[in-house]
Amino acid sequence: MDAEIQKRYSDRAIEFLRQGGDSFQTTKVDAVFNWGRKYSMFLYPFVTACCGMEFMSVAGPRYDLDRFGCALPRFSPRQSDLLMVVGTITHRQAPILQKVYAQMAEPKWVMAFGACTCSGGPYNNYAVVQGIDTIIPVDIYVPGCPPRPEAVLDGLMKLQARVQAERVPADGRHQDTEELTPPVVEKPIP
Amino acid sequence: MEDHGSAALRSLLEVLPDTVLETHARLGDATACVDPTRILTVLRHLRDEPGLEFDMLMDLCAVDFLGSEPRFEVVYHLYSLAHKHRVRIKARVPEAAPEIDSAVSLYPGANWMEREVFDLYGVRFTDHPDLRRLLLYEEFEGHPLRKDYAKEKRQPLVGPGN
Repeated sequence: MDAEIQKRYSDRAIEFLRQGGDSFQTTKVDAVFNWGRKYSMFLYPFVTACCGMEFMSVAGPRYDLDRFGCALPRFSPRQSDLLMVVGTITHRQAPILQKVYAQMAEPKWVMAFGACTCSGGPYNNYAVVQGIDTIIPVDIYVPGCPPRPEAVLDGLMKLQARVQAERVPADGRHQDTEELTPPVVEKPIP
Repeated sequence: MEDHGSAALRSLLEVLPDTVLETHARLGDATACVDPTRILTVLRHLRDEPGLEFDMLMDLCAVDFLGSEPRFEVVYHLYSLAHKHRVRIKARVPEAAPEIDSAVSLYPGANWMEREVFDLYGVRFTDHPDLRRLLLYEEFEGHPLRKDYAKEKRQPLVGPGN
């Protein structure tokens, strides 16, 4: 297409826009992608401890996580976007959590729900992982023992703001999170 | 030795006086400290004797008395559903050979409790059907509730050593 024709087309498009001839919007592909992603998170609840009660409260109708498009728990990591780690993670569970994270498809996000997942919480002993960010990447930390539902909703909105601001790579695949190849501990069931 | 008004202690002192090393009733709980090598004899008597019938093992745990000998104390809490009475049995085992007979043959519910005690204190229960760690992982070295387990010692399977 030579420059003459190109100019004629763009002039016509600008004139069309100026007159408001039809209802349409212009936007960026990133914004549409991210808008869709942030309001349709399928979450994987990795619930291990008492924070699970608070998770049930926030997921239930009273606080209603569904208002934020984030209420469909998938009990398979392969179908979920948001890994909610809810409750104390022990060293015995750490390889399982890593494996679950590795099984999730990109793009994926991780919420550390509660003090134990953020830092080990009240437990600094032989059994407890001192923050899940020592074993998997974490996108948003929600502290509290347990966190109030409002705190979880606030954390989710902050995560959504972050998702909206992400840049979608040309091939649609996220590469900003470090690829993990955890050592898989396979043991025969006795 | 005194029976502190407990039918269980009275019966033990009458029938098996040589097994009982000490009795007390601190805070209202009738307790007998017994010879660890005779623990099954004591438990069987308490379970089967008419009038006692301690048919429920409420709890089985251990205490580490670091610095005194015998070092470990295995504690049995028994309850009778029929008579609604309780008794506590304690047996001290030495540090050099922390072994005591398994109560699984008398109380099947002792299985996991003994595994937990083994896991966290390293007390071995002879003739236990499946004496493996219950809570921790097989790679874990040592027994963390022993008082000489280093407070800061960490043995993570993955990730940094904290």
